[in-house]
Amino acid sequence: MWTWFHKLASPPHAYRAAGVLKPWFEWPALLVIAAAAYGGLVLAPPDYQQGDGFRILYVHAPSAWMSMFVYVSMAIAAAVGLIWRMKLAHAFAASCAPVGASFTFLALVTGAVWGKPMWGTWWVWDARLTSELILLFLYLGYMALRASFDDPQRADRASAVLAIVGVINVPIIHYSVVWWNTLHQGATVTKLDTPSIDLAMLVPLLAMIVGFMLFFAAVMCDRVRAEILRRERSASWLSEVG
Amino acid sequence: MAVGIARLAVLVIERDLRLAVRRWDQVLQPLVFFLIVTTLFPLATDPDMSQLRRIAPGVVWVAAMLSSLLALESLFRPDVEDGTMEQWTLSGQPLAWLLLAKTAAHWLLSGLPLVVISPLVAAALGLESSAWKVLILSLLIGTIALSMIGAIGAALTVGVRRGNVLLALLVLPLAMPVLIFGARAVDLASHGESAVGPLNLLAALAMISVTLGPFAMAAAMRISVES
Repeated sequence: MWTWFHKLASPPHAYRAAGVLKPWFEWPALLVIAAAAYGGLVLAPPDYQQGDGFRILYVHAPSAWMSMFVYVSMAIAAAVGLIWRMKLAHAFAASCAPVGASFTFLALVTGAVWGKPMWGTWWVWDARLTSELILLFLYLGYMALRASFDDPQRADRASAVLAIVGVINVPIIHYSVVWWNTLHQGATVTKLDTPSIDLAMLVPLLAMIVGFMLFFAAVMCDRVRAEILRRERSASWLSEVG
Repeated sequence: MAVGIARLAVLVIERDLRLAVRRWDQVLQPLVFFLIVTTLFPLATDPDMSQLRRIAPGVVWVAAMLSSLLALESLFRPDVEDGTMEQWTLSGQPLAWLLLAKTAAHWLLSGLPLVVISPLVAAALGLESSAWKVLILSLLIGTIALSMIGAIGAALTVGVRRGNVLLALLVLPLAMPVLIFGARAVDLASHGESAVGPLNLLAALAMISVTLGPFAMAAAMRISVES
């Protein structure tokens, strides 16, 4: 039953598997994102308050969602690596961090761009924006810790502990920031979570999230392959891969 | 010789306190730092008392957070460098418990003095004396959480050369909820409102970090000392 799991842990097998899987993620990602972009930018009706300005939502919300999703995946992979001493899980976690940080950064930038016409400023200390910013700091801390060790195995395990501590903290940070925010300022002008979102707006959004997930999977295939190459550069099986 | 678990903690705390008494200047440094940082704010902003009073809760809490960060550097490093920590990991005693005791001693030396001198700083910043009780209470609870979260970071970075900046980078984002609730409690109290809510949440954070923190510390320390 567990053979697939053990097989996955072997670098040559994982290297080949990621290579085979990559096009299966890459092309659907491209198609889904293109379709969702068409749905969101052309087919969806303009918002009754924000006009066409809301359409940046189709990049902003999926990036924000991915920034959390990638952090959790990273922490799970780190825990697997720490508990079962699975090197490949560590390679996966290491590859996650820059991708997750990029999604977080994208969410912040699109949030600022959205905020400028809607709130009148590039930045407000909104709960979501602030907790997203702290998440970016967590990613940066994780990458900094990983980079500060010379020995890759110690880097793997130390950063795994940090990722697990961080993932316990993410909800705490999020809710404390929400709570801090609601006491500090009144209701913000426009919020995403209006009770009813039009179906024509929602479907492209969900499709876009699926597209972003597929894109993430495709990117990870490449990144994990690169990480395996870097770690196994002296291994003999590499000469057979060619 | 078998030593009871409570006795073990007392031994660790006693040892650290005795070491601290012999190097008392190192205990004072974070305190002086705390005072200097709070002095910076009136100089950098507006010495007008009504202005300062408004930002006083935040200033005291930011200064406390930075000062506790500064003290963390010396928490584990001497013991790791002279091999004591390696002996601890091999001793067969629960490492999490030993590190919890060590962090408790650290809190007595860095957190508690902050709590004691905080009314001085609060008075200088014009905070109403009615809010002092909440300030002391919030720092008393909050510095426990800060010490515990910081100790995890210290255990992770103790094997890294020149890890000070890295330590700040790791610990500050994780400690932000403590800052939020601590400063909020004092802020509410200075407006004459009840600060029970944020104080309870602060206590919850302290509780989580005391119970779960030592295990993360122990895991991090094992990684840091083995090589």
